[in-house]
Amino acid sequence: MMKTAIKSNTLDVYAIRRQFPILNRKVKDNALVYFDNAATSQKPQAVIDALVHYYSYYNANIHRGIHTLAEEATAAFEESRTAAQQFINASSREEIVFTRGTTEGINLVAATWGRQNIKAGDEIIVSNMEHHSNIVPWQVLCEEKGAILKVIPINEDGELLLDDYEKLLSTNTKLVSVVHASNALGTVNPVKKIIDLAHATGAVVLIDGAQSSVHLDIDVQALNCDFFVFSSHKIYGPTGVGVFFGKKNLLESMPVYQGGGEMIKEVNFEKTIFNDLPYKYEAGTPNIGDTIAFKTALDFVKNIGKEKIRKHEEMLLDYATEQLENLPGLKIVGKAKEKVSVISFVIDKIHPQDLGILLDNRGIAVRTGHHCAQPLMDRFCIPGTTRASFAMYNTKEEIDTLVVGLEKAIKMLA
Amino acid sequence: MSEQKSIQAVEDEIVDEFSLFDSWDDKYEYIIDLGKKLPPLDEQYKKDENKVRGCQSTVWLVADYRDGKIFFKAESDAVIVKGLISMLIRVLSGHSPEEILEAKLGFIQQIGMTTHLAQTRSNGLLSMVKQMKNFALAYKLKNETATKS
Repeated sequence: MMKTAIKSNTLDVYAIRRQFPILNRKVKDNALVYFDNAATSQKPQAVIDALVHYYSYYNANIHRGIHTLAEEATAAFEESRTAAQQFINASSREEIVFTRGTTEGINLVAATWGRQNIKAGDEIIVSNMEHHSNIVPWQVLCEEKGAILKVIPINEDGELLLDDYEKLLSTNTKLVSVVHASNALGTVNPVKKIIDLAHATGAVVLIDGAQSSVHLDIDVQALNCDFFVFSSHKIYGPTGVGVFFGKKNLLESMPVYQGGGEMIKEVNFEKTIFNDLPYKYEAGTPNIGDTIAFKTALDFVKNIGKEKIRKHEEMLLDYATEQLENLPGLKIVGKAKEKVSVISFVIDKIHPQDLGILLDNRGIAVRTGHHCAQPLMDRFCIPGTTRASFAMYNTKEEIDTLVVGLEKAIKMLA
Repeated sequence: MSEQKSIQAVEDEIVDEFSLFDSWDDKYEYIIDLGKKLPPLDEQYKKDENKVRGCQSTVWLVADYRDGKIFFKAESDAVIVKGLISMLIRVLSGHSPEEILEAKLGFIQQIGMTTHLAQTRSNGLLSMVKQMKNFALAYKLKNETATKS
């Protein structure tokens, strides 16, 4: 009895691997070891099938057509909205806006809420571990408005210094925009606390969920964040689809993002009446096929269970951390107590690019460089790291392959 | 001094050398070895204006123009990149701007380095070639202006 109970709690990684056709391919005569999941995840057959099915069976433009295909496509597209709403536990479908991805979601907030609300002398707070996508839009806005960008510092382990954050907060703070889980370090930030503290001073909070949404349970109502953004392609779904969540009252009061079809109710040359939420923010024909297949990806994750996935990924992270720390000259960058399955490291006297090339030569895909987080690299006084990031389909044996690859590379490069 | 080999002749030499390797590991061992042997660039040249853009690693490249020929010197903080630069220098250095501009550099593809490295900006091989050709173009234009005036 016990045994069955334990088994059902653990993830059958080999059964899962069979659902990802790309994992069968060889790279330079080696079995592919894909450890670049924080950049993008691979897609299960079901997602690929959903795309093919849409284009082979009911491809049509949505929302306005009265023919059968348009109705079917519209229904499937709107089911994706419901799936996304449930995935982050938003209170209403109207709060779910489809974008091209996380980056567009942040830019949307900067261009609409930001333009409307940020004035000269106002302050926007980000953290030292942000992706460039959560820095540059605010820099541009600050430049335009004469506002000030403030940065929450981090400690040696790669954790936010919350005392410093509290000191940065003031009545001048209009927005706090922080990453939920760092793409370069894996650190999971205490976003609930960050949000509560910001709200106490009257600031609005955006959470960048690009990395967290695939690993952690997301509940935007419990978090009480004002905006939450994430991408489909990091959750086993297609590229080119993102979700922008905004609280309804904010979405209602914000100006439109882009003008065009879909987002209007009535247009004449004197005045345009904008469409209801969420369509007000979705100008033009959206990425219909990919958005529909995104639901298949969310269902895929839901059916396996995030808790099971998280346990498996934690096991991989712990094992990799233990194995990598044994390698001579290797230093892990980012040792936060709370981490998602991302492990970033540097090796004495070895350039990450050299490592990346030699690992690729053995079929191992890792990411090297600054991970679009140059201010973070500057903080640690390094030009970049090598990063291995794990997904539900990765195995301990693959980590062993990485370790062998690293040993060999160190020997060649030393 | 022996007569200067043509760019194509040196390219052919490199292709021959690489044909002896059985595996990619061997090719990389060789490139890493070339990288380690590349003489370091004098510190005075390691400044922003000499950096090659578009590389994940830092690459500095300088060119000297003497007796109608361009001589390149370069360094990188990544050793494989250094090995690749070493090969580019071996092929292109000591030739006239016209010869450098005309060089096809087919050896890069023939030894398998295009599919392997050059397609993305992380590698920088294409950026280095472009920068070397830019130097050649600059000296060629400078010569033409000098002749005209």
